[in-house]
Order: sequence, then C-alpha cells, then structure tokens
Amino acid sequence: MSTDVLIDLLQVILLTLTTVVVMLVAGFKREHGLVNILTSAGLAASLLVFVFIDPVLPLQATELLYFDEYSLFFSGLIIFGALVVSILAYPYFESHNKLNEEFYILLMTATLGAVVLACSTHFVSFFIGMEMLGISLYAMIAYPVHADKAAKFPLEAALKYLIMSGLASGLILFGIALLYALTGTMFFSDLAPAIEAQDVASSPVLMTGWLMIIGGIAFKLSLVPFHIWTPDVYEGAPVPVTAFLATVSKAAMLAVTLRLLLVSDAFQYDALMLVLTVMAAASMMLGNFLALLQANVKRLFAYSSIAHLGYLLVVIIAAASVPGMLSVESMSFYVAAYFIMSLGGFAVISALSNSGKELDMINDYQGLFWRNPWLAAVMITVLFSLAGIPLTAGFIGKFYVFTSGVEGSLWFLLTMLIIGSAIGLYYYLRIIYAILQPIKKVSKQDPASKAIPFGTNAVLAITTIFVIYLGVYPMPMIEILQSLAASF
Amino acid sequence: MILVWLMLILFVGGIAAWLSESRGSDVPRVIALVAILLDLALVILMLVAPEILGLTSIDNGHGEWLVLFEADWIPRFGISFIFGVDGLSLLLIGLTVFLGVISIGSAWHEIKERSGFFYFNLLWTLAGVIGVFTALDLFLFFFFWEVMLIPMYFIIAIWGHENKEYAAMKFFIFTQVSGLIMLLSILVLVFFNYQTNGVLTFSYFELLGNGLAGEIGMLVMLGFFIAFATKLPAVPIHNWLPDAHSQAPTAGSVILAGILLKTGAYGLIRFTVPLFPEPSQVFTPIAMTLGVVSILYTAKVAFAQTDLKRLIAYTSVSHMGFVLLGVYSWNAQALQGAIMTMLAHGFSAAALFMLAGGLQHRIHTRDMDKMGGLWSVAPKMSFMALFFTVAAVGMPGLGNFIGEFLVLLGSFQVSVTTTAFAALGLVVAAVYSLIVIQKVFHGENTNNYEIEDLTFIEMACFALMMIGLLWMGLYPQTMLDMAEPTLRSLGVAFP
Repeated sequence: MSTDVLIDLLQVILLTLTTVVVMLVAGFKREHGLVNILTSAGLAASLLVFVFIDPVLPLQATELLYFDEYSLFFSGLIIFGALVVSILAYPYFESHNKLNEEFYILLMTATLGAVVLACSTHFVSFFIGMEMLGISLYAMIAYPVHADKAAKFPLEAALKYLIMSGLASGLILFGIALLYALTGTMFFSDLAPAIEAQDVASSPVLMTGWLMIIGGIAFKLSLVPFHIWTPDVYEGAPVPVTAFLATVSKAAMLAVTLRLLLVSDAFQYDALMLVLTVMAAASMMLGNFLALLQANVKRLFAYSSIAHLGYLLVVIIAAASVPGMLSVESMSFYVAAYFIMSLGGFAVISALSNSGKELDMINDYQGLFWRNPWLAAVMITVLFSLAGIPLTAGFIGKFYVFTSGVEGSLWFLLTMLIIGSAIGLYYYLRIIYAILQPIKKVSKQDPASKAIPFGTNAVLAITTIFVIYLGVYPMPMIEILQSLAASF
Repeated sequence: MILVWLMLILFVGGIAAWLSESRGSDVPRVIALVAILLDLALVILMLVAPEILGLTSIDNGHGEWLVLFEADWIPRFGISFIFGVDGLSLLLIGLTVFLGVISIGSAWHEIKERSGFFYFNLLWTLAGVIGVFTALDLFLFFFFWEVMLIPMYFIIAIWGHENKEYAAMKFFIFTQVSGLIMLLSILVLVFFNYQTNGVLTFSYFELLGNGLAGEIGMLVMLGFFIAFATKLPAVPIHNWLPDAHSQAPTAGSVILAGILLKTGAYGLIRFTVPLFPEPSQVFTPIAMTLGVVSILYTAKVAFAQTDLKRLIAYTSVSHMGFVLLGVYSWNAQALQGAIMTMLAHGFSAAALFMLAGGLQHRIHTRDMDKMGGLWSVAPKMSFMALFFTVAAVGMPGLGNFIGEFLVLLGSFQVSVTTTAFAALGLVVAAVYSLIVIQKVFHGENTNNYEIEDLTFIEMACFALMMIGLLWMGLYPQTMLDMAEPTLRSLGVAFP
C-alpha cells in the first residue's frame, strides 16, 4: 500500500477513527454533550482534511474504493450532511431522551457506509456500503423507542424500513449474482467488455439481473412504484434522522447509481431505459399529486422528495443521449442544491421540535412569520427553492434538469416535469401561505419563541446563505462541477 | 450603471423599510417614498437631460441604446448580465416609477399592519419590473420575470381581502407555469442556435435572426406567447386576473393593473415577434382573433359584474385586447397605438383601482348593489371617477383614445373584419362604464353612507394621473417620438 493510497483513504480513516473513539468514550463516560462534540469534531475534521492535504486523484485505492473528484464531492456532501444531523440531534434528543450516546455511533457508521457507497466502482463495496448505511439507519429510525415519551412511532417506521430495505438489498444482491454469473466480474467498468466478449448482450438473464438491481435501487431512492415506505418512515423517524435519510442516504445512492449506469454502459438497453422513463414520469406525477393531500410537513417532504428524485431521474435518463459530462454536472448540482435546501427545511422543523413533541403539521406553522421571522424566512427560502423559483439554488438545479432534458430531447418527461412543478407549487405555497397568516392562537409555551441553540442557528444560516448564493452566483460551483465532470 | 442604481435604490430602500418597522409604523412609508422619489428623479433626468448623468446613445446595430450594460454572469451557459434602455424601455420604466409613487400614495392610509414588510414587497416588485423592462439576456429576463412574482404574491397573500389564499395561489401558479413553458422555449431556442451557429448564448442580440422556423419554430414561439398572453392577459388564460385584482390591496391592484400587465405586452413586442418573425406571421390571424375575443367577451363579462374591482379587472383584459391586436398587426400605427394604450391604460386602470380601493376602505364593500348616491356625499371622488371612467372608455383628448384609435387604424390595414369587431368594443365599453357611474354615484344613497371625501394625498395622486392622461391625449407626439426608434430597430416600417 503506497502513501498515495493512504492519503486518499485519510477521510475514511478519520471517520472510522471517530467511530471507534466515540464508541469507547460512550462506553466509559455517558455524557451526551461530550459524545456529540467528539462526533461533530470528527466529522468536521474529515470534511476539512482534503483542504489541507491534497489527495492524489484519480486513484484506485484497493480494489474496492475509487477516488476521483466525483467521489470526493459526494463524500464531502455526505459528511457535511452528517455534521448537520449531529448538530441538530443534540438539542433534539437532549431534553427528553436518557440514553443518547449510541445514536452517534450509528450516525458515524451510517456516514461511513454512505462514503463507501459514493467511492465504489465495484459491486462488493457497493453492497457493503449500502448495508452499512441501511443497517445503521434501522436503528437510528427506531432510536427514541425507549424514551419516556416518543413524539412519533419510531418502531413502526423502523420496521417498515427494515422490511422494505431488506427486500431491496436482497433484490440487488440477486441481481449482482446474476450479472456475475454471466460476466465473471464485479467491476462496473469491466461489465460492458465482458458482456461483449461473452456475447450475452441479449441474454434474458442479463436483463433480469439489471432489472433487479434497478428495482432495488429504486426502493432505496423511493421511486414510484417502490415508494410506499417513504412517507411513513419520514413521518415516524425523529427529525434529524429524517433529514439524514432524505439527504445523505439519497445522495450516496444517487452517486453510485449514476456511476454504475455510465461506467457499465447500461444505457444501451432499451428495456432498462423504458423502465427508468416510466419510473421518472410516475414519480413526478404521483409524488406531486399525493403531496397535495398531506397535512403533515414531514409526509409532504417525503412525497416531494419522491417528485424530486423523479426530476433527478430525468437527468440520469438524459445521460443516455447527451454527453456524459453534462449529466454528471447536472446531477451533481441538483443533488447539492437538494441536499442544502432539504437540510435547511429539516433544520427549521428540528428547531421547533424535540424528541418529545414534534411540530410537523402545516397548521403548526401558521403565523410563524410573525412569531419567529428568522425561522420563517429560512423556511420560505427553502420552500421557494424546492419549488424552483429564481434567486435560489433550486432554480439553477431545475434549469440544469431542463437543459439536460432539452439536449436529450426528452419531450415527454419535460412535459411531466412542467406539470409536476405546477402541482408542486401548490403545496409549497400552502405552507408558505400558512406561515404568512396572522397568528391563530398563542399557546403559553410557543416552541417558536424559545431560544434557538447556536449550532442550529449556524446550520440555518449556512444553508440559507448557500441556497441563495448558489441561486444568484452559481459560477464557482459550476466550475468545480465542470472539472469534476471532465475527470469523471 | 445608472440602471443598477435604479434597482439598487429600490432593493436597499425595501430592506431599510422592513428594518425600520420597529421604529414606528409611519417610518417605512416615508423611507419607501424617499426611495421611489429618488428613482423618479433619476428617471426624469434620463428622460430630460441624459447628458447630466453622462449618458450618450450607443448604436450596436440593433437600435440605439441610451444605456447598455454587459457583464458575465454564468459563462458556462453563455448567460450574461445585459441591461439596455431604449425609448420603449424608458417609457415603461417611467410608467413603473410613476405608478410606484401613486401606489405608495394609495397605501399611505390603507396599510396599517406590518407596513415595513409591505413596503419592502412593494419596492421589490417595482425593482423586479424594472429588471424585466431592461434585461436583454433571455435568462436574465426570465429571472426577473419570476422574481417580480414573489413579492407580489406576498402582497396579495398577506394584505389581501376575504378570498386572498385562492387568489394569491392562482396568480402565482398561472404565471409560474406559463413561465416554465417559456423557460423550455428559451432553452430550445438557445440549443437550436447552439447547433446552427456553434455559440451557446442567451443574449437577445445574438439570438435575433436565429432562423427558427417551421413546426418547431411555431411551438417555441407559442411557448413565449403563452407566457406573455397569460400576463397580458388574453382570453382564454385571463381568469387569474379578476381574482388577483379583486383580492389584492389597493396598492397591489394599482401595480398589477398599471405595471405588471404591461410586462406581457412588452414581452410580445420585444421578444416574441422579433425573435420569431415567420411563425408570428403565421400565427397573426389567431392572435388577432384572440385579441378581439378578449375585447368583446371580457367587456360583456365586465357588464355582468356586481363587484366593482372585478368589473374594472375585466375591463383591463378588454383594453389589453387592443394591445394584442395592435402588436400582431405589426405596423407603425398599430404598434404606436399599442404602446400608447399600455401607457394610458396604466394610468386610467391604476386610478380606477385606487378609487375602488378608496371606496372599499370607506364603506367596506365592493358590491355595487350596495352603493348609490355617493355623488352628493363625496363630490370630488365622484368627479374623479367620472373623469377616469370616461378616459378608459376612450374619450378624445385623453390618452386611451389615441391608443385605441391608432390600434384600430393600424389593424384596419391588416384585417378589416377583425377591426370592425374590435371597434364594437368601444361601444360596449361605454355601456359598462356608465353603469358604474350610475350605480355607484347616481341614484339614491339608500344606505345613508356618510364618507370622507378624497384626502389631500389621494387628490394629488389623481391630479398627477389626470395631467398624464391629458398630456397623452393632447400631445402624444412626446411618447410616439420616444417609441419610434425602438420600433424602427425592430424592423417596423415608418411612413
């Protein structure tokens, strides 16, 4: 193992080290604050490590991990997301939960899994990463189950996620096995040559394998018709975990999916493209339509995330006919934008909630603008961004989706995108409208009037600044993504 | 740079007004007024003595520009900041800033709650509109097109009347969705240009003469048309407007009717027709028919209203039908007429909405069946109502007459039948307008209203608009001369 490999692995090593340290400290000294600070510091250190030490790119570090700008970008996002979740988790759990320390160990292993996923070009690391992420998440979702008074129904949510996610993992594993049986390789990049060499391109086994993998991925990404678990899990999980689920786990899965499809040249199979197109259209329609019916903000975000994943799938489908660079660039931008705005939105919900009582009905937000203008402003910015209104990152993201779609001549999907966005506006505006209305009744303990911890405030400020900065002056970000796409 | 100042003063003024709310509810309106008056002063300087501001006209091969500002924004996609002001833009900026003053006047006594945030939204809407009238990069244009919506949405959603949620939502969704269709069209146009000329650019100047024709050209043109026709608005995509207007607070209605509708007409003149000459040619009969249908149908609907603000809203659609007719006739008279109608309607509609708002503020209803006999109680108000109603109908000597007359003169050269039907609109207009005067101001004061007559601020606003309309009616040459170079550069033949 050369030093180059060690340097590139530094991020992963730091994450692993933090996991171990947190575990040991939690074992000897149960103190929520200390564990939280250790976790956040470890995450911050691994986030910043490549600012100080230049990684060697691109590099195949062991058979399982591959480091290039693309994977580093997504690991960066993932670790940033985990850091935010760790910051939000402290005030959320502190007031009502007794034993909070293990949560951070789970958070670290989940993050580690997500990073492995983003760096994988091999089916083994793909599966290992996915399972590390998934298994940690089951426990994270169910975490408040022993609290005196859990705000939601964490056990139900965790069980649903466990069964659905387990099924998806099984599907993916079977799909991998089928592909391996045909080609004898587990490297994404060796698939296409092997298929050609063995002359099995039209084999039904190959297609079955691919469809199983895509189906499993669709479960994890909650694409219609594999989306059923999403709203229940989003609602039942504690807010910081919902935030993690909505951002980190989705981003990691997307990163590896696009790489898998591009590298293994899967776009040549018409059947696969058809399946993807149907899923994209159905996700945009159903996600947006069902979001209309929700009175719970977390459920609404769940359906809206289904729709947003549909938009992202448009970019991935466009990669079949446009130069791969543009779709890598578009997807990375959209994921980053979606990442930031979702974190902002969940940070607002989290600031108003704790593990004993969550404020997640639309009615709860009535008059927020007059009760707490700061939280309301963040929420409104985030919602406008999710709706894709200019001045926000969401708009540039949507612009990228449109650009990819037009270049790929995906007229049907673009029509669905416009209809979906129109419906989407309605439910985002409903929340904004509620926020702007006069205060209905002021309860004695208005959660909006309590002081917001410094960490949460910082998260709110950073996400809002990023949402607006990326919307007004996206050029620096675009330059990063261009170089990332060029080296893909 | 002067344009940046125009917008910056409004942006900063808006923020200052918002922050100043805690210092008393009267402070924000003063700050807003100061900001808008500063802008007005700048615009007047641009109109009267541009050399003081160091402005000289630049000819870039696409017309003469008093101000032309270019800078990179997102070079990745060939998107840049291109702002330009020519005669047409300057006229409309003048209208925007002037009506901005009027709208602050109309909000002066009406908006008591959360006034800081109100004036913030008001000023930001105006800044967005100035952006729309000056942006010459299609992406930048789209950006402002959408940005001006948000503060307007807030104005309707927070300070609106009883059915504001529905109205605000409808307003936002109609404009946003039609905007997305336009975005799609812009992208198709840009990528078509990229494929034929090898340059990825959103610049208006470089996209002129793109040669997009045939079926795709038609579809792309329609994308632009739908967005602008929604804002104009034209039948059958007009029905967001009566709701938005009737539910908005007075200042909101003034801005909506006076300025926001004009962005649609401006888009048609500046973008739709020049970018797609051939498809527009093919589309002309349909567009002109839509114009006539708008004129007659909404005039009929207006007659059936009992809600005063809804009635005025429908008449707006009717008058905007003349603009549509004029734009698609695409000759010197018709276009001059369309521009005159835009300006004159901006004044008359703003004044009428201000009157309706003033009435609602005083008697808490917009239902005309509950009004009557107000002439004896509020003579000044009644006189103003009569004056602006008559102006809207098209009384010779006032601006609206010049506009509609020129439109009919121009469209007569294109289609006699269409013009004949459009001219009927003038007759119907007289009917629905006189019914307003009759129901509201004449007859018996059955409810024994005793209302305060117009205040000094209101009188001042109305007087200013009167002078404007009289100027346009008696010496329209001032405006026509300003619009002419723009129209020439767009390829309109002048006799």
